[in-house]
Amino acid sequence: MRTLNHLNPSPAATAIPGSPLKGLSGPCVRGALFVALLTGMVYPLAITGVAQLLFAYQANGSLIADNQGIVGSGLIGQAFTSPRYFHPRPSATIPGPYNAGASAGSNLGPTNQTLIDNVKQRATAYRQANGLAVNALVPVDAVTASASGLDPHISVANATLQAARVAQARGLAPGSVQQLLVQHTEGRVFGIFGEPRVNVLCLNLALDALKPSIPSMTSCP
Amino acid sequence: MELDISGFTAVLVTMTGLAIIMGHRLAKLFEDEQHLAPERLSYRVLGVDPAERMGCARYSLALLLSNAAMMALGYVLLRLQGWLPLNEPGNTAQAPDLAFNTAASFITNTNWQAYAGESSLSNATQMTAITFLMFCSATTGVAAAGGFIRALARTSSQDMGNYWVDFMRVLWRVMLPLCFIMALICVWQGIPQTLSSQAVATTLEGARQQIMLGPVASFETIKHIGTNGGGFFNTNAAHPFENPTPLTNVLHILSMLLIPSALTVTFGLMLARKKQGWVFFGTFVVMFIGFLVLVYGAEQAGNPLLARAGADQQQSATQSGGNMEGKELRFGIADTALFITTTTAATTGSVNAMHDSLTPMGGLVPLAQMMLNCVFGGDGTGFINLIQYAILTVFLAGMMIGRTPEFLGKKIEAREIRLVILAVLAHPASILGFTALACLWPDTAASLNNHGPHGFSEVLYAYASGTANNGSAFAGFNASTPFFNTTIGLAMLIGRYFTLLPMLAAAGSLAARKTVTAGPGTFPTATPLFMGLLIFVALAAGGLTFLPALTLGPLVEHLQMLGGHLYP
Repeated sequence: MRTLNHLNPSPAATAIPGSPLKGLSGPCVRGALFVALLTGMVYPLAITGVAQLLFAYQANGSLIADNQGIVGSGLIGQAFTSPRYFHPRPSATIPGPYNAGASAGSNLGPTNQTLIDNVKQRATAYRQANGLAVNALVPVDAVTASASGLDPHISVANATLQAARVAQARGLAPGSVQQLLVQHTEGRVFGIFGEPRVNVLCLNLALDALKPSIPSMTSCP
Repeated sequence: MELDISGFTAVLVTMTGLAIIMGHRLAKLFEDEQHLAPERLSYRVLGVDPAERMGCARYSLALLLSNAAMMALGYVLLRLQGWLPLNEPGNTAQAPDLAFNTAASFITNTNWQAYAGESSLSNATQMTAITFLMFCSATTGVAAAGGFIRALARTSSQDMGNYWVDFMRVLWRVMLPLCFIMALICVWQGIPQTLSSQAVATTLEGARQQIMLGPVASFETIKHIGTNGGGFFNTNAAHPFENPTPLTNVLHILSMLLIPSALTVTFGLMLARKKQGWVFFGTFVVMFIGFLVLVYGAEQAGNPLLARAGADQQQSATQSGGNMEGKELRFGIADTALFITTTTAATTGSVNAMHDSLTPMGGLVPLAQMMLNCVFGGDGTGFINLIQYAILTVFLAGMMIGRTPEFLGKKIEAREIRLVILAVLAHPASILGFTALACLWPDTAASLNNHGPHGFSEVLYAYASGTANNGSAFAGFNASTPFFNTTIGLAMLIGRYFTLLPMLAAAGSLAARKTVTAGPGTFPTATPLFMGLLIFVALAAGGLTFLPALTLGPLVEHLQMLGGHLYP
C-alpha cells in the first residue's frame, strides 16, 4: 500500500495512508441508492404482484360489495345508530366516528375528566337504548373508545344485551336474532389467542339478508 | 386467566425455539467464507472489496457514513413527495423540520412519527422513503451486532470483519426472505397490499366511508422483523388493516422478538460460550416476564374510575373486561399486554393499543423498559446494551473482591469502563435533560392532551421513546412543533449513536487485547448468580436514575386515580 501511495497525486492520501475514511464516500452513496431501489421498490412491488395473484380479495382491503357498489370492508368497522342494527364500539375519530380516512384513538388518560364524563354518558345512553336498569353495569367495550377508532368487533356480552332491541325493532323473534349472533361469533385462534368477538358489519349484513323482501347477495366470506 | 397464561407460555416457548434456529443461522452468516451471487453483485455495484478486513474505526465509520447517506436520501425523498408518482390524494411534501425528524427517526430504528401516515404520506414515500429506511436501520443494527460479537471473540486483533459484507448478508439472507414470506402470510390474514390508495364505500346506513389502502403488508413485516415500529396508518398496529386478527398479532410479537433473542444464541455459538449466551437469554426473559405480569395485572384490574362511571370491567366468558379504553376488542387485555411488553422490550415501538390510555401502572411498564433499554432491545443494539450492563456488572463485582475485572477472558481496563460509562450516561442524560428542557419550554403545555401527572408522563415518554429508539408514544401529545421535532430528533440520534459507537469502540479495544486464562480470582459470568447480579445492576442503575421522574408521572397518577382525583 505505502509503496503505491506515493504515486497518488492527492496529498491527503499520502499524508495519512491508513486513513479509515479512505474510499468510503463512493460506496456509501451508491449503497444508499442501491438499497433504496432494492427495498423501497423491487421488494414492495414484488410482494404486491404475488399478493394480488394469490390473495386478491384480502390484498385489496377485504371489500364487500353488493349490486349498488362497495358497502364497506369486512375488517373496518362502520357507524350504526338505527335501533334495527347492532351498534359498534364508541369511536374517537375526527370529525365523526368510524372515519377510515384518519384512524385515531381518544388518547385520554385514566384520570382525565373528559374520559370519565364520556363513559358515564355512553353508559346512560346504552342502558336507555337497550332497556337496562338505571344502575346496571354496561360491558366495558360498549362505553370505551377503541384504539383505532375503526374496531370492527364487539364483545359477546355487548352483542347479547343488544339482541332484544334489534329483534323488537325488526319484528323478529328474539330467538332468531340470538341464533344469528351465535353463528357470527368468532372464537379464539388456536383456542388461546384473542377474544371471542362479533363482527358488527357482518352481523348486520346477515340481519338485512334475513328479510326476503330485499334480495341481497351481500355477506362476509 | 388460565387461557391468557397459556397464550403467554405458548409465545415464550415458540420464541425460544425460533431463537435457537435463527441464532444458528446468524452465526453461520457472520462466519461464512462464501459469498452468494446477489451479494457479489451488491459488492460490485457498491464498488467495495469484500475481502477487506476492517478495524474498529473503519467499521464504525462505514456504518456511520452509509447511515448518513441513507438518511439524506430518505430526507430528500420526503421533501420531494409532491413530485413523486403514486400520490392520488395529492399529499404535499413534509416541512424541513418534520422531514428531518422522520428521516432521523427511521434511520435510527426509532420510528417516532410526528405525522399521520394515511393522511400525509403517499404510497411512493411509504415505500421508497419509509420502507427503505426501515430495512437500512434494522440491517445496520444486526450487522453491528455481528461486528461487535466478532470483536469480542478475537484475540490480539484489529479486525472486526467487513461492514459491507455483514450488511449485505443480513439484508439478502435474513431480512428480504423473511419479510417476503411473512408479508404473504399477512396478506392472507387480511393486510392489504395494493398500489391504489383508497376505496370509497357507502355504508349500510347510507354514509360515505373513505377506506385508506396501500402497500401495507410489505411495510408491516419489515416493521416488526426489523424492530422498527412505525405505522402505515396513524394508529399503527391497532388499525385493523395493520393487524387484522389475533394470529397476525402473535406473528407480529414473534417477529419482533426473533432477532433480539436469537443474538444471544449467536453470541454463545461464535464465542464458543453457549452457557454464557443462555445466561443472557435468561436475563432477558426474567425481566420480560416481570414487566408482562405488571402490565397485564394493571390493565386487567382496570380503572376504578371507569367502574364508578358504570363500566363492567369483570373478565368473563363473554368479555375480556379490564381497561378497554384505547384497546381493540379482538386482542382483549392479554394479547394487548403481551404486545405492549414486547414492543417496548424489543424497542420496536409499534403499538396495538393507545399507550396514552393505559392505567398508570400499565403505562409505567413501557416507560421503564425504554429507560432500561436492555430487555431484549432492538435488532442488534439491545444485545450490545446488555453487554454494556454486563461489563458494568463485572466491574462492580471486581471492585467488591478487589481484582481486575475480567469478562469473556479479557481484562477490563480503564478505557473500556470509560466507554461503557459514556454509553450508560448518554441515555439518561438525553431523556432527563430534554424532558427538563421541555418542562421549562413555554409552549409545552399547548402540546399536552392530558394534564396533571399524566401530562408530565407524556413528555417523559416522548424523550424516553426517542432516546431508546423505540418510537411508540403517548400519542395524544402533539409532538409536531419545530421544538419537539428538533429535540426529539436529536434525542434519537444521541440515543442511537452515543451508545452504539462507544460500545463498538469498547469491543474494538477488547479485540486488541490478549485472552487471559481464567484463574481462581476470576468471577465466573456463565452462572445463575451472575444473571441475578446483572438483573440487579440493570434495575439498580436504571431504577435509581429514573425513579424521581417515574414518581412524578405514573406513581403520583396511580395514587390520584385511586383517590378519584380528575384533571380537566
